[in-house]
Amino acid sequence: MKSEIIWMIIGMGLVTYIPRMLPFVLFKGKELPPFIQGVLKNVPYATLGALIFPAIIFIQEDDIWYGVLGAAAAFIVAFLGANVIAVVLGSIVVLALYSYLS
Amino acid sequence: MADLALERESSEFRKGVQAGVSIGVGYFPIALTFGLLAKTSGLSIYETVFMSLVVFAGASQYISLSLIAYGTSVYEIILTTFIVNIRHFLMSTTLNEKSEEDHLLNKLFYSFGITDETFSVAATKEGTISTGFMLGLNSVAYSSWVAFSGVGHLIGASLPQTLQESMSVALYAMFIGLLVPSMKKSVKVIFLAVLGAMFNIIFTIAEIMAQGWAIVTATLLAAIIIELVEVFKRSPRGGRNEE
Repeated sequence: MKSEIIWMIIGMGLVTYIPRMLPFVLFKGKELPPFIQGVLKNVPYATLGALIFPAIIFIQEDDIWYGVLGAAAAFIVAFLGANVIAVVLGSIVVLALYSYLS
Repeated sequence: MADLALERESSEFRKGVQAGVSIGVGYFPIALTFGLLAKTSGLSIYETVFMSLVVFAGASQYISLSLIAYGTSVYEIILTTFIVNIRHFLMSTTLNEKSEEDHLLNKLFYSFGITDETFSVAATKEGTISTGFMLGLNSVAYSSWVAFSGVGHLIGASLPQTLQESMSVALYAMFIGLLVPSMKKSVKVIFLAVLGAMFNIIFTIAEIMAQGWAIVTATLLAAIIIELVEVFKRSPRGGRNEE
């Protein structure tokens, strides 16, 4: 292994780990103000929205309909009450069929 | 009592593993491709696996490859990694509120495994999160990521194109699968997700900021705006309606 690459990887690891662990140290046993607590309760759903869009639309750069179809399939399967694994596999199958047929 | 506690931990671990299966599936094609690209960027298999072991953050690992190929300095690559991964700070702060009382060292240990995906699973889970659950969840995600990075480098090829393409939807489908049950239960969740998505779409398409910042900023804006609306709705009558 080249030592420059090794140091780069260790540096990348450190700067990735610090934001992951710091809140557990900074906010340990601290009661945050109610407004902040409310905002933090909202974070998961806002993050999910931002993680899904617009990225899912562009999973196939030359064919936007590919991503739209994948998103639609996942939303429909999930809305019908399927569990997460079924949603994942269902949308993979729908897209595989789509590329197979087109 | 000690036995009971141990039993609970192991059942929590198992729940975490089960919850992590979709992440394991979703990481498979991405890690495989990462291994392949690492090879074409000139990284050895040891360096590739070492990076997945130490960094464990997909997007920034991909970016580092293109920066290496571009001849960017080590310093700049590390700085970019930091910026791309700063959103984990927000995720860890959220999980810290939801986590059960436990020794700080245990939390510092499992915090290493917080990614967009493990965060999403843990944060949308009902109730609190235990160390056992986080360790189970992380172990599936981590082993899938590390192992398939190595496999991708080793076989030096990705999946058949059709499969590779259709599997690229997996993680997004997982996010949707995690989000929709909560959307069905609460209008607030719908507003949060739609607002978060809209802000991120605007930031991304207008190229106002780097991707790492776009997601954090979109999330915070949406979460704060909806919370302000809640506070405003509650205030005139003085009484607080707890959900």
